Formats: sequence, C-alpha cells, structure tokens
Amino acid sequence: MSLVLQAAALGILTGGVYALMASGLTLIFGVMRIINVGHGALVVLGAYLSFALFRSFHIDPFVSLVVTMPAMFALGVVLQLAFIRPLKTDREALSVLVTYAIALGIEGVLGYVFTTNYVELRAWYETASFAIFGFHITYVYVFGFLLCLAILGALFLLLYRTTFGGAIRATMLNRTAAQLIGIDVDRVSALAFGVGVATAAAGGVVFGITNAFNPGSHYDLISRLLTIIVLGGLGSLRGAIIAALIMLVTEDITAVLISPVWANFVFFVILVAVLIVRPQGLYGVRVRDRI
Amino acid sequence: MTDAWTLGLRIGRGAALKALGLVVLAVFALILPVIAPDPATTNIAVFTVMYVGLATAWNIMGGYTGYISLGHAAFFGIGAYAFGLLVIHLNITPGYAPFLLVPVAGVLTAVFAVGIGWIALRTRAATFVIVTIAFMFIVQLLAENLVKLTGGGAGLSVPYPHDWGGDFFNTPFYYAMLALAVIALAASWWIRRSKFGLGLLAIRDDEDKALAVGVPTRAFKLTAFVISAALVGMIGAVYGYYVTYLYPQFVVDPLIGISMVLMTFLGGLGTLSGPVIGAVLLERAQLEFAYRFGASRLYLVLFSAVFLVVILILPRGIVPSVADLVRRWRRPAASDATTPAEQRVAS
Amino acid sequence: MSLLEVDDLSKRFGGVVAVDSCSLSVPAGSITGLIGPNGSGKTTVFNLVTGFIPRDGGDVRFKARSIAGLGPDRIYGLGIGRTFQLARIFPRLTALENMLVPVRRAGLRALLSHGQWGHEKARAMEMLEFMDISRVAGTLGGALSYGQRKLLELAAVMMARPELVLLDEPAGGVNPVLLERIAEHIRQLNGQGVTFLLVEHNMSFVMNLCHEVVVLHQGRVIAKGKPREVREDPAVLDAYLGA
Repeated sequence: MSLVLQAAALGILTGGVYALMASGLTLIFGVMRIINVGHGALVVLGAYLSFALFRSFHIDPFVSLVVTMPAMFALGVVLQLAFIRPLKTDREALSVLVTYAIALGIEGVLGYVFTTNYVELRAWYETASFAIFGFHITYVYVFGFLLCLAILGALFLLLYRTTFGGAIRATMLNRTAAQLIGIDVDRVSALAFGVGVATAAAGGVVFGITNAFNPGSHYDLISRLLTIIVLGGLGSLRGAIIAALIMLVTEDITAVLISPVWANFVFFVILVAVLIVRPQGLYGVRVRDRI
Repeated sequence: MTDAWTLGLRIGRGAALKALGLVVLAVFALILPVIAPDPATTNIAVFTVMYVGLATAWNIMGGYTGYISLGHAAFFGIGAYAFGLLVIHLNITPGYAPFLLVPVAGVLTAVFAVGIGWIALRTRAATFVIVTIAFMFIVQLLAENLVKLTGGGAGLSVPYPHDWGGDFFNTPFYYAMLALAVIALAASWWIRRSKFGLGLLAIRDDEDKALAVGVPTRAFKLTAFVISAALVGMIGAVYGYYVTYLYPQFVVDPLIGISMVLMTFLGGLGTLSGPVIGAVLLERAQLEFAYRFGASRLYLVLFSAVFLVVILILPRGIVPSVADLVRRWRRPAASDATTPAEQRVAS
Repeated sequence: MSLLEVDDLSKRFGGVVAVDSCSLSVPAGSITGLIGPNGSGKTTVFNLVTGFIPRDGGDVRFKARSIAGLGPDRIYGLGIGRTFQLARIFPRLTALENMLVPVRRAGLRALLSHGQWGHEKARAMEMLEFMDISRVAGTLGGALSYGQRKLLELAAVMMARPELVLLDEPAGGVNPVLLERIAEHIRQLNGQGVTFLLVEHNMSFVMNLCHEVVVLHQGRVIAKGKPREVREDPAVLDAYLGA
C-alpha cells in the first residue's frame, strides 16, 4: 500500500512537470488554433541549453532559467513570425507540418552538437532527500514541483490579472471579435507563442533533472503531451493541468501494481476511453462552427 | 462561333497531350526493370512507387475530407504484421503465392480502421490529428509488447524466396508496388468523380453546411478513412515481404507516416497528380539526403529546411500553383476564378 | 394541415433561456414569417428544428412524425431544407458542383453511379437558370458575389426537392433589386408547392410575402396571425419598442 502511495506521490510530482509542459502547448493551441508538434523538441532544447550552461559554467539548472527562459521566449517569437504567421490558408493542417519540421530541425542540430548519447541535468544537491511519512523524496523533485507551481501560478496571473492576459484570452475566445475591439491579434499570437516556448524552457529543466534524455526524446514526450491536452480539452489550461495529474498518477500506480510496460499503455487507454464518452475532453467545449 | 471552336480545339489538344503523356509514363513504368535491371535502381524504384501509392491513398482521406491523419503509419504496420503472421502461420511457401495474401492483409487493416476511425472521428479536425498520432503510438506499443505474437523488439522474420537471385529479387516487388499504386490512383480518381467524392470535398469546405444538405458526414468520413487505411495496409504488407524483417519502430514508423503527408502537401492536397509528383520528388530528395548525410544528424536539418521552404513558398502545393501559373499565362485578362468545369475535374 | 409543428420547445444555454416553451405550427403550402426583436431566439428555433443543437424540452413534428433528436442530414433527407443567416456555400467548389452536393437518399447505388450524374446535372442547370445565375455555373463559390451566393444557396437547397424550407434572413445584406428577385423566386417556388418558414427583420418584405406571421420575444411566442393583425398587436409593438 505504501508503494501505491509513493507511486501516487511520484505521479503528482511528475504530473506537475507535464502540467507545466502541457500548459504551454494548450495555450498555443488556444490562441492560434495550431497544434505545435514541435513542443516536445522545444522542451528538449530547453533542457540541453541548461545542460550546456551547467557543463560550461557550472550554473545550477534552476538558476539557468534566468537565461534560458528569456532566450526561449525570443526564439518562440521569432519562430512564430518566421514560420507560422506566413501561413495564410489551411493554417491548422500546415502548422502541424511546419512545427514538425521545426522539431526535426531542432533534433538534427542537437544531435550534431551534443551527439545522441543520453545525458541528464545534474545539481550538486541532487542526492539530498528528506523523509516524509516513511518514504524519501529528493529535494530536486520538490524544487522541480515548486518551480512548476510557481510558473503555472505566474501564467495564471498573466492570463487573468494583466491586460495582455486579457488580450490573450479574448483572442482565444473569438479571434475576429478581439480584432474588432482593437486587439492586435498578430502581435498577441507572436507573444503568446513566445510565452508558450518560455514555459517549455522551464519544463525542460525539470524534465531534464528527472529523466535521462537525448535529441530523440521529443517523440515520446510530444505524444504524451498531445494526449494530455486532448484529454484536458484543447485550449483549456485548467484541463491540461488536471489531465496531466490524472495521467501521471494513473501511470505511476499502474507501473507499481501491474508492470512498467503496461504503464505506457495506460496513457492511451485513458485517452481512448474518454474520447468515446466525451470527445471534447474534460474541459473542452463542443465546437460547432458559427451556425 | 470561332471562339468556341478554337476553345474546343485547344481543350481537345490539351486532353490529347495529357493522354499521350500518361501512356508514355505507363509504358516507362512497366518496362523500367527491363531497361534498368541493376538492384540499386530497382530498389529506388520500389520505394518511389511505394510512396506514390502511400501518398495517393493518404490523400483520399487527408486531401479530400481535410481530416489530416498523422497516424497512418499505424495501418502500414498493421498491414505488414498481418501479412507476415499470415505467411508464417499458414505455412505459405515464399515465392509468388504470398502476394495473394496482400488483399487479406488489406481487409484485416480495414477492420482495424473501422474501429480506430469510429473513435477518432468522434472528434473534430484538430483533435482528430492528435488522436491519430495517439493510435499510431498505441499500435507501436502493441507491436513492441505483444511479444508472443509479433516477436516484440526482437522483430519478426518473414520468410522470403531464397531462389530469387540477387539481381531479380526486387522486380516482383516493384510490380506489386506498382499495381497497388495504380489501384490507389484508380480508387482516388473514381471517388473524385463520384457523388461520394463531391460529398467529401464538401465536408472539407464546410462540414456543418454539408450536413445541412443531407450529406451523411460520419459515414462518408469513415468510409474514406477505411479505404485509405486498407490501401496503406496492403502497401505495408508488400513492404514487410520486401524487407523480410519487421521491427516495430521501423514498420510503425512516424517518419513514413509524415512522409506520405508531406508528399501530398508538396504535390497538392486533394488533387490527383499532386501526391504522385510529391512522392517522386521527395523520395528522390530523401534518398539523396540519407545517402550523403545519413551518418551525422545533419540530414534531419536539411530535410526540415527543405520542408519549411516548400511549405512557405508553395503553400498550396506544386500542382495547384503550376496550374494557376499556366492559366494566368494563357489568358492574362481572364479572372483566376473562372475555370471551366472540364479543366478542373482533370487535375 | 400543418406541415411543421413545434410543440413546447425549450432550450437554454447556461443561464440564458434562448427558447421558452415555444409552440407554433406552419400550415402546408404557406409562407410563414418568424419575426421578433434581436435575441428573441429565432435562429435558435431554426437550429433546434433542423437538428443542429439538441433541445432541452418539447417536440418537433414534421408531417405528424416527431423529428426531435434527428441529425441535420436525416432531417434534410426527410424533406426539410434550410439556408443560413450568412449565406453558406462551398467556396472551393464551382457553383454547379455546389448544386450537385445535396443528398436526398444516401443509398450505395445512388452515390457511386455515374449514370445519375447527367440527369442531376441537367436539373442543376435548370435550377441555376431559374435563379438567373446559370452563367456562373463554372465559377468557384468563393469568387461569387454575396448576392450570387444567396441565390446559389437557395438553388442548391432546392435540389433535393424539400417540402419545407427554412430561410434565415433571406433579405439580409441584399440590395432592393435582388430583394425583389428573391421574393419572386420564393413566390414561384411556393406556387409549385413548397412551404416556407422565414426569419426576417425586413418588415415590408415579411408583410408583402407572408401569409402568416409568428412573433417571438425572449424565446416565447407572443403573437401569431395574419401580417396585418400582428402588425397592430400591442404586445408586438411593445416588444419591438421596449427591446
């Protein structure tokens, strides 16, 4: 039983990481209605950036965020302007291909620079842990979780307490109406994409600390992230967070109770089950075009 | 009077030219293994024709209905494994006989497609894309973990005809792939000219409006999906027979899945010749890149760069963009939007 | 005989009651108008009747058979067509192709056979002629002017010979000359036996065309009868002026 509880606790902690990564992805979809299939690669890129900073300057991964987050934000804006904004027709479909191309490009560059060997993000205090209710939790996991909470909290504040956030939400709800009330949706889209990529940088740090990774890791990652946001409802931040927690806790408990092999499955099984009953996901809205 | 006559003559001449071109192409395709029998060339030919078939089959769903499936690699893999398992368990002696099992693999793939499609099509276009990706990973996971059935990560060995010499081996496979490509093109052409096909195009333009005029959208989408999947499954079966060893990650391969999509986009979504042109061009490029830069990861970067350039410059694909240019060159005064129905149906 | 009967129909969206125990009937062969101030629920009634949104309560009967709960494609197959507030046609198909999309009977033979094609094409051209837009048969829907789209939309809906057509603001965004043409087409089709239920804001259009008028306000029917009667009804005046 305590094994199950431990698995559940682990699930919550890793769920937080995935919630952070998924939040950027669902935000991007909500604002621009594009599926950023390259989000996994961006997370991995963030992880490698922090890795490079650690390797060259011994900067702690969490501290490196001060550099990587703004850098990735800028990268996100540039990517949006260069590759997404020019898409005029067939946006949803083409954006999938474009973001996949970006993912491949990132994978190629990372593979060239860092080789395909697996690496991990390290911190000097990574073996330190504390005991709670009879089992041990390492500090890194806790810091990671706290970071996720902090960034998600900041994201909520941004969305619900600032004018810019209001502009983002307006664009998500109704792009044309937002334009009509004077919101520069193009600028909002570019900046929102930047925000999404910045959260990927943060996610990358926590992901990199808790997992060994290499340039090819983005496939597995994006398949999970996409599953999470579909479960949560495309465009719903709340949905992404809850879905991430549900998925990860179930996965970790399954790994303990049944086997790690089938734990991988659980992800998709839950997705299929939910889709049969509620195609729009937990918090998604049944989309009907204007009637 | 004279205008209509010269117009008729021009169309007649255009159609005759097209027919002649097709005949030349068909003859060339049929005699290719005879004029270039070296295994290197025939191997390239096998893969090129394979992708022509895959892109055309994918286009039936993605191009006509607008529902982009990024998980078609799942059906490719199901077809391959179904075929392999049938050959092994039915003890068919390798040679020409196993080719008869290809349609059976297609039917099995279709059965899976009905189930997968029924679930995936409960969602609208954006979610559909993601769900198809999810199903592809499910199939990959199943292939890896149902070890007793599929051999798991260690792979499944498909019996192959040992008596076909090294020089000859590729040829039957080339013709098999060619046959499937022709079948896919025929299906695509026929669908496009039918009321069913028109309904699919209507769904792509405005699904709710299609419903309002009586189009049974769910049934139509599912049918297109299953046809598309069955064709891809059959091609996968021949592929499985060709490579003789099935590994989950190489048979249920996302790159194969994305390639057929990219080729169709490059050539022109929803057109008949688009997927063919896209497949021929891209397969050439892919093989070239893999040959030169395969070792370092740079070929991925190049591939993605080509990808991006193509999508940004020719967002509608080659065939529609060229058709536009030709039309504008022919009649610079006429508006772009007035295209006689005869000319449009042909593309 | 009433062709369409709406019985105690209700629909709410969250806290907003869009349609509130609405009951009305459309006599066969008539041109009935559905009017009311903005937000009175008219288009919602259309969407409920044609199966685009699920109802919360009540029933809808067509030729005495309940059609509540059926999907829009089934309802078109039963003989009820509709147009949309902002004329919707298929932009990437030509006008002629637009005409050939509607499906009345989705049988396998009907869908796959080409023999039908010639027969349908002739009828489609006839219909386009009737609407005076046959010269744009080969033009892509997306290139048509708004007026042409409106006419095309109606023509295409008529392809499967519906007995009842719901028109959502047929006069919306249309110049007076075209308006008269549209009214004339409706009259002619009505003369051929087609029943119409139309939602409209253009009062003179309604008064001149409709045999019967139903007035909706805040989701409820507040008046019905001949156009002249309804126009003088104090409750109706109150609703329009007060809204």
